[in-house]
Amino acid sequence: MMLINCPHCGPRAQSEFIYERTVDSVPPAGVSNDKAMQTLFTRGNPRGVDEEIWRHTFGCRAWMVVTRHRVTNGISHVRAVGPEALP
Amino acid sequence: MNRYSAFGLLRGALNGQKHWQPAWRDPEPKAHYDIIIIGGGGHGLATAYYLAKVHGLRNIAVLEKGWIGGGNTGRNTTIVRSNYRLKPLHDLFEFGLKLWHNLSDELNYNVMFSPRGAMFLGHSDADMVKLAERGDAMRCDGIDADLMTRDEVAKLEPLLDMSRNARFPIEGGLIQRRGGTARHDAVAWGYARGADSFGVDIIQKCEVNGFIRDGDAVVGVETTRGRIGAGRVGICVAGHSGHVAGLAGLKLPIESQTLQAMVTEGVKPMINSVIMSQSLHCYISQSDKGGIVFGGDPDNWPSYAQRGHPMVMEGAIAQGLALVPALSRLRMVRTWSGVTDMSFDGSPIIGETPVRNLYLNGGWCYGGFKATPASGWTYAHTLATGSPHALNAPFSLERFMTGATIDETGTGPMPNSR
Ligand SMILES: Cc1cc2nc3c(=O)[nH]c(=O)nc-3n(C[C@H](O)[C@H](O)[C@H](O)COP(=O)(O)OP(=O)(O)OC[C@H]3O[C@@H](n4cnc5c(N)ncnc54)[C@H](O)[C@@H]3O)c2cc1C
Repeated sequence: MMLINCPHCGPRAQSEFIYERTVDSVPPAGVSNDKAMQTLFTRGNPRGVDEEIWRHTFGCRAWMVVTRHRVTNGISHVRAVGPEALP
Repeated sequence: MNRYSAFGLLRGALNGQKHWQPAWRDPEPKAHYDIIIIGGGGHGLATAYYLAKVHGLRNIAVLEKGWIGGGNTGRNTTIVRSNYRLKPLHDLFEFGLKLWHNLSDELNYNVMFSPRGAMFLGHSDADMVKLAERGDAMRCDGIDADLMTRDEVAKLEPLLDMSRNARFPIEGGLIQRRGGTARHDAVAWGYARGADSFGVDIIQKCEVNGFIRDGDAVVGVETTRGRIGAGRVGICVAGHSGHVAGLAGLKLPIESQTLQAMVTEGVKPMINSVIMSQSLHCYISQSDKGGIVFGGDPDNWPSYAQRGHPMVMEGAIAQGLALVPALSRLRMVRTWSGVTDMSFDGSPIIGETPVRNLYLNGGWCYGGFKATPASGWTYAHTLATGSPHALNAPFSLERFMTGATIDETGTGPMPNSR
């Protein structure tokens, strides 16, 4: 099990979190249909580092972006998203 | 090819079995092949076999980065069945199931296919309605499916917890009697030996790490054993589809995830069929050696680690023990995992890619072993003729753009299901 450092709650067991999707698969507002489809339905799926959106579902329930290596499971960075992350 | 037979064994007994030869050669790569298949799992080897056998092609190579069958072919729980709800799926898998029934003879290699019955349990009225609907859909296409009462289920699997206060009460089931299990390694080895006998080069320890391009076409591959030219290239790398297609600049509707399995110590026969469930994600069968083979859900986040997380296994085990309480007395001897290529509708992709001369066979998720013969057959057709076989035409890569996705679970289009 991984230990994910929630920006709000500190290090917590992975079983409290749910993986949602990758950052690169969220279509920006206002893009064309084709581009939106492309973004929604394809993934870089790298055998290396990717930015993933996880949710602390059984904790503070906030979304966060986890930068993780897909082979070693090493997490190099976690940052908050949503209004609470705004300056 | 030196045919295996009982008579050959007897004759061998007279001279200390010294007649055994390696089952396939270990050739150096040639400078150019008509067709290169990347990935020496069951699917890649079956493709090479049918390219040679059915299409008469000979100048073919299978490039494998490790050893053949060392990927998901050698890691899976070997369940073979064709009981899918949607027509494109059950047609493809049924074509495969028919090939399975004759595969040992076809390959002159014992793949130990054991049609002991593949049974889905139903735990509620809603489950039974879903199972009946699935069975009807199959029977309309001439595929065997029998709805079972509670008593019939209990008779087939006496160790199931049939009590009314069971954690997962059992209302009945749906069985495909022609389904069962097979010996995974033997499938890879049998196809390899067959393909090799037609002159196919099986090249192990040869990782593809780039494509050679000529304008918009692929004309060869870069490998750890040098550059190799090719007329057509077929990707067939299971969990590594995203990575290898990425080398050609493609982004696929696939996310790689870990799928785990485990096996207990060997015991006398106690599980007679393959037990699955309409509502749970846990499947139980007994190997010919006696071990209880167990599998469950994939670890639901992207990974190429080939190393699973115990909490996921724990979930599958909890379900299994609730269904068959006697399993709690067994010791688990091994767990392992494989990298699977989860597609967004749960169905495979077999067909061309936007890059000329480059083809893709992937997205098999957790269920591609049973398709090995059908996947090889249809992919061989696609690679030999440049256009899909009727059975794999629905499984094109474009379906995600056109919206013609094929929902594997048969419960409605849910692109978010992965
Ligand atoms: C734990 C587990 C349980 C499963 N249970 C079942 C089941 O019960 N029933 C069922 O039908 N299916 C099951 N599956 C799914 C099934 O195993 C796969 O869908 C199927 O084996 C895929 O076959 P393949 O030949 O494409 O893959 P593989 O056997 O994985 O072959 C792909 C090969 O490509 C090679 N490769 C990768 N990258 C490169 C490269 N760059 N260059 C050269 N070679 C490369 C790999 O080394 C590998 O040998 C299970 C999978 C797992 C992991």
